[in-house]
Amino acid sequence: MDYASSERAGAPPSEIISAKIVIAGGFGVGKTTMVGAVSEIEPLTTEAVMTSAGAGIDDASKVPEKGTTTVAMDFGRITMAEDLILYLFGTPGQTRFWFMWDELIRGAVGAAVLVDTRRLTDAFAPLDYFENRHLPYLVAVNCFDEAPRYEPEEVREALAIPARVPLIMCDARHRESVKAVLIGVVEHAMATLVAEHEQGVGVG
Amino acid sequence: MTEPHDPRGNLVRPYAVTRGRTEPIRDIPIEAVLVATPAAVQEARFAGHDKYRIAVLCEPKAQSLAELAALTRLPLGVARVLVADMVADSLLTLHSAAPRKGFTERMDLLGRVLSGLRKL
Repeated sequence: MDYASSERAGAPPSEIISAKIVIAGGFGVGKTTMVGAVSEIEPLTTEAVMTSAGAGIDDASKVPEKGTTTVAMDFGRITMAEDLILYLFGTPGQTRFWFMWDELIRGAVGAAVLVDTRRLTDAFAPLDYFENRHLPYLVAVNCFDEAPRYEPEEVREALAIPARVPLIMCDARHRESVKAVLIGVVEHAMATLVAEHEQGVGVG
Repeated sequence: MTEPHDPRGNLVRPYAVTRGRTEPIRDIPIEAVLVATPAAVQEARFAGHDKYRIAVLCEPKAQSLAELAALTRLPLGVARVLVADMVADSLLTLHSAAPRKGFTERMDLLGRVLSGLRKL
């Protein structure tokens, strides 16, 4: 007899930890492309509905119609081990949905703010957002083929990115390039955590 | 022929499938994963169409709340209410999202994520 027959093959481990990294940026900057370059699944879309119950949200006045509005977020998955899954979440393109960004960054490892040099000004709102949050982030400049080429320091100056925030040039279509961005996010998160620990700052 | 209209796709009344409840009985992070308990699929047959679909999705592999919402085409808030009910009813096991406190725990996790990314 097969004594294991009542057990499912490859029963799940007792605890599966999931982590997430947030890919932020304006509309059309390549967030979903970036997620898709490394995800083991085709990027999925989840929708959040803001109802009139969300009236306390300060941006509700900017929502075009009363009642409900839908916010879409694309995400992907990397199963790293039987007990460890990394999720990559793209923020909603429209920055007025800050309430959804707040939910996305809660508990995140860190974030990459994706920038398109053809529309640099679109990066100001996401950068401001992260400057005012307690989450390690870096800036990834997506080098579109037809986009003007800038030196990293030119982009840093144009966007007034503080020196402590890493800046990486990348191609959101290429797996190795996206891997380098994600590795950069995690390394920055580790360095930030170590620095805070050494300063004895309470980390929430 | 047009496809039959799925009323769940109509976001005018997104919370109809939760009978109007908009607050989950417990908060579940968007990335927290869920696994079906052994009898979940069998028992969820009597728990309604959407809970049954969720149980079926969580049977072969762990799925996050975000994946369950996307795959069932339910709005995130609706999926969260249903999933929280199913955890309370022991149909699903809720696994932890990343630790948010404790230097060592957080460093360990970051180290594991880093080596996982390098191996990709």
